[in-house]
Amino acid sequence: MNSTVVTYLSQSKELTNAISWLTKALGFDASSLVAFVIFLVACLIVVGVMSTIGGLGTYAERKISADLQMRIGPNRVGPYGILQFLADGVKMILKEDIIPSGADRFTFMLAPFLCLVGVFATLAVIPFSSGFILADLNVGIFYLVGMASLVGVGVFLGGYASNSKWSMLGGMRGASQIISYEIPATITIISIVLLAGGLSMGTLIGGQGGMPQEWYLFHNPFAFVGFFVFFIAALAETNRAPFDLPEAESELVSGYHTEYSGMRFGLFALAEYIEVFVVCGVATALFLGGYKVPFDLGTGAILVEKLGMDEMLAKNIGQLLEMGAFFTKTFALYYVVIWVRWTLPRLRVDQLMTLCWKYLTPIAIFNLLGCAVWMYAFDGKSIYSLIFETAATVAGHH
Amino acid sequence: MSTFNLDVYMPVVILIALAMLVAGGSLLLGGLIRPHNPNKLKETAYECGEEPIGSAWANFNVRFYVIALVFIIFDVESALMFPVAAVFKKFTQIGLGGTLLVSVFSFVLILVAGLVYCWKKGDLDWIKSFHSQANYAKKDK
Repeated sequence: MNSTVVTYLSQSKELTNAISWLTKALGFDASSLVAFVIFLVACLIVVGVMSTIGGLGTYAERKISADLQMRIGPNRVGPYGILQFLADGVKMILKEDIIPSGADRFTFMLAPFLCLVGVFATLAVIPFSSGFILADLNVGIFYLVGMASLVGVGVFLGGYASNSKWSMLGGMRGASQIISYEIPATITIISIVLLAGGLSMGTLIGGQGGMPQEWYLFHNPFAFVGFFVFFIAALAETNRAPFDLPEAESELVSGYHTEYSGMRFGLFALAEYIEVFVVCGVATALFLGGYKVPFDLGTGAILVEKLGMDEMLAKNIGQLLEMGAFFTKTFALYYVVIWVRWTLPRLRVDQLMTLCWKYLTPIAIFNLLGCAVWMYAFDGKSIYSLIFETAATVAGHH
Repeated sequence: MSTFNLDVYMPVVILIALAMLVAGGSLLLGGLIRPHNPNKLKETAYECGEEPIGSAWANFNVRFYVIALVFIIFDVESALMFPVAAVFKKFTQIGLGGTLLVSVFSFVLILVAGLVYCWKKGDLDWIKSFHSQANYAKKDK
């Protein structure tokens, strides 16, 4: 089923009343109109929050790198320098917009748009909580993989259109890297789809539980290895160090966005930092239990039962808890991504391709087959429940 | 809401429109306040301060093309795997898991055969070794 943020909200009486009142006042069925307004508001909230997270990502990056290198980092704008990203944004808007005379103007302008559209479109299926997911499309993860690959097109076009050698090299590397690492990432996603039995985010997370032993990460050994394959591939797909060859400062000046200045560069940076959040969110949803919280707190049923709370209020509290769980896990992964960047040295191009095609892809295919066999042999039970059952039988015999 | 209701794709359209709006809006807003003093030197491509020699749109390393070709094969195969993976659980529950497992295995093995072929031919090596090229040259004789 395609549940959306509207489906969740329509459980409340106020919305039903408002729809019927509007239908009377306007003289036609207002449910579609109300759905559109809710979608618009929800999309605005998501885009606003995500842009802030993207901005704060640049701040976190600088602050954490400073921390790892025993420096102070940005500390002038606002408390602890937290408003640094706003200052950067204002600066980028104020900077002159230079388009090289030799560039392919239309493609040059199109490239940052493609990057941003690709990243923003993926936000539609990011499951913040069981109720607050913009649209839980029935092709959820497939849609996400497809939309995310639009970023690769943007990176390549940006590099190509600049007509600068550095940009060209960066764009070429970026495109080949993004498409190469899409293979292990997609195959790993398929192995998780095998375990869950569906493509929508609701199904993928629904098969997991709030406790760590119920996550797909610990479902079986293949999924455990798969998490690391996916995470490495995701790092490479977002052009993050140690796979930041497309923008390797020390060899390619700035890679595919060498010729971009001002806000056009800012859009690339914004898209990149939001994309990091998106892939961390996907990793959380696929392997780390997503928004699930322990003890059925998410549905609020326990609150109604024990404390006698109003049903809708309990549900809303549950949603907030779920959102907290999702964001905590995702930010933890976000920290790891930044941590990795400032710890590991960059790979060489041939090492990059060797890692992808000769290590990650075979391992991912092996994991896929392993997951399929596991599903068939153990009837989809996780390793934890198998151990638990065996222990129970053994204990029962004595 | 039925499965075929296209209303659920509304957020997708809205988000794409918002992305355009954010990108276009920030550029337009900047256009009102930012300086605009282009000159010929400023508009040349950056080549570490030297004058650019020739265009960047020249012949490029063929390795990237080979990678793209290999990618297409794998991407199509993985796209075809999605439907099978999505129904695998249901099939195991109704006792047809074995049939599906065999089809998954045969499908993936074809994929693996392709990978092994590329590997053997040296298409996965970034720098195709002179050794393998020498071997081909011998065979031709």
